[in-house]
Amino acid sequence: MRGDKEAARVRRAHEFEAFAGGAAGRLLHVATLLTCDDAKAADRLLCHALARTYLRWDRLRGEDPYAYARQELVTSYARRAGVGWLHPRRREETGRLAGLTPQERVIVVLRLFEGVEDEQVAALLGIAPDRVTALCTRACVLLRGGAQAPAASFAGRAAPASGR
Amino acid sequence: MSRCTVDDWTSSAPDRKHEQVRWILESPYPPVPADLTARAASQGRRMLHRRLLLRRLLLVTATLAVVALVVLAVVTWPGDTPSGPPATPPPVSG
Repeated sequence: MRGDKEAARVRRAHEFEAFAGGAAGRLLHVATLLTCDDAKAADRLLCHALARTYLRWDRLRGEDPYAYARQELVTSYARRAGVGWLHPRRREETGRLAGLTPQERVIVVLRLFEGVEDEQVAALLGIAPDRVTALCTRACVLLRGGAQAPAASFAGRAAPASGR
Repeated sequence: MSRCTVDDWTSSAPDRKHEQVRWILESPYPPVPADLTARAASQGRRMLHRRLLLRRLLLVTATLAVVALVVLAVVTWPGDTPSGPPATPPPVSG
C-alpha cells in the first residue's frame, strides 16, 4: 500500500517535471506579458499555476495539462488583479501591454499569442464572445497606436456594455 | 485569426494588423529560472499534503460526530419503562 503510494508519487513527479520542463518557457512568456514584464510577479504567477497543475495531475484524465496550467495562470492573474479586473483603470505601468486593462491583456494574449478561439476565451472569462471580439479589436488598436502614435480617442472611451 | 475584427475596422487587411500586434507579443523571450520546476513541484506537494491533512481532519471530525450521536441516542432513547397509568392517582383538589 505504502509502496504503491510512493511509486505513484515518483511517477507523478517525473511526469510533471517532463511537462513543466517543456511548457515553462512558453507559459513564462504568457505570465510575463500579463504582468507587464514584471519578472518577479510572472515567476510567482507561473509557480502558483504549475503547483496547482501538480495538485491536479492525477485527476487530469486526458485533459491537456498545458491548457489546464494556462487556465490556472489566467484565473490566478484575474484574482490577483482583483478590483482592477471589474473596474479597470489604465494604471501607470511599463511593459509591452502596459496600456491595456487586465482583461484586455488576457484577451490579447490568449487570442493572438496562444491562438485560443473567441468562444473559449469568452467561456474562460465568463463574458459574451462578441465582447471578446470587441475588446480584442480595441486592444489591438491601442497597442498599434502605442507602437506608432498615441491613440487618444480610445483611451478614455467606455466599453460597449454588450457582454455583461 | 479573422475573428478579431469588427465592421468599423477601417483596414482591409486585419491579419496584417494582427501580425503587428503578434510581433509585439512575441519579441524577447524571458529565460526560465533553472529552479522553477522544482519550486513549483515542491509547492504543489505542500498543497497536496495540506489538502490530504484537511481531508483526514474532516473525516475524523465526521466520524467522531456520528459516534457521539449514536452514543447520545443510545443513552437517552426512551426504553421499555412502562408508560401505563401511574399507580397513585394525582391528588384531587377542591
